[in-house]
Amino acid sequence: MIMQTLKTLFAFVAILSLSSFSTIKEGNGYQIGDIATDFKLPNVDGKMISLADYKDAKGFIVIFTCNTCPYAKAYEDRIIELDKKYAAKHYPVIAIMPNNPKVKPGDNMEAMKARAKQKAFPFPYLMDDGQKIYPQYGATKTPHVYVLQKTKNGNEVKYIGAIDDNHQDAKAVKTKYVEDAVDALLAGKEIKVTQTKALGCSIKA
Amino acid sequence: MKYVVLIVLFSVLSCKNEQKVPLVADAELKSPKLTELEIFDYAGLEPLLNKKDKKIHVINFWATWCAPCVKELPFFEKLNKTYADRDVEVLLVSLDFPKQYDSKLKPFIEDKKLKSKVVALNDTDANYWIPKISEDWTGAIPATLIYNKDKRQFYEQPFNYEELETQIKQFLK
Repeated sequence: MIMQTLKTLFAFVAILSLSSFSTIKEGNGYQIGDIATDFKLPNVDGKMISLADYKDAKGFIVIFTCNTCPYAKAYEDRIIELDKKYAAKHYPVIAIMPNNPKVKPGDNMEAMKARAKQKAFPFPYLMDDGQKIYPQYGATKTPHVYVLQKTKNGNEVKYIGAIDDNHQDAKAVKTKYVEDAVDALLAGKEIKVTQTKALGCSIKA
Repeated sequence: MKYVVLIVLFSVLSCKNEQKVPLVADAELKSPKLTELEIFDYAGLEPLLNKKDKKIHVINFWATWCAPCVKELPFFEKLNKTYADRDVEVLLVSLDFPKQYDSKLKPFIEDKKLKSKVVALNDTDANYWIPKISEDWTGAIPATLIYNKDKRQFYEQPFNYEELETQIKQFLK
């Protein structure tokens, strides 16, 4: 009887400590070298998109972003430029909107469609329908970038973090983290900076 | 001799730092209505995150456009008022964009009649200073740092008043 109570108690404590970890640490998401999950998510054009659809891709620039966050808005034009530069080099941008549209109506599919049309997004803009994908990646904010490289084992995470080092002014940027990472991958070189931090809006669950 | 040079250098450096801070008292005399806002880069903000006094400092990172931040502001205001006599001090660090200081941030501070001290952090090299504030911070806001001279706790989460009070009580023990 006592043994059983102890066991239950132990299990309870274990669960408790696990759950408190998950709220504090970002350790649940992908680390560099992990294989990122594929998905099948609805695009603004009505189609369903998976990474596996991109037969010619050498990798991907996966960006969790949205309509409403000022940081995401500040990077919109730079995300378009990234796709224009790297889609042809087989590293297309895949944008995923992770917010719960019930909490952020400005990020619902209609609003996403309107924004994609207005800005003529050259890349897919997907809704993380059911919010199952961003927690697996470990994205916490918008914008949050994951550069993936296609390998035999799957899409390997090569870079996590910010687009560059100045959200306020594209002209004042000193280091273009994502471009440096993709350029290194294309050149078969080692990425110098594999993880960076940036400000962003918390993802609304 | 070396020490004298060091001291002189140090005082020159600290004078430089002070120039960033607007002379609040002076400005108040000239235009009492205008909200004065101290604007820091990270080097300027850092001393406020590392005070060695007897107080418990609650540093909240927020912005006027951040809905969960605005929602939790009244709880920080209440905390600042309720625990003022127990040496708890709230500092609200705005991450609003500089172009919105006059159009959004200052009117917001006035409309909400914020009593806690508000400063603005304008430093774009976030990859440099985010880990200095906390290794656990991924960069999302709202975020809050609570510290005294003995310990520091960082929270990348929104608070309600009860949760905030629970954390403060751990520092008051």
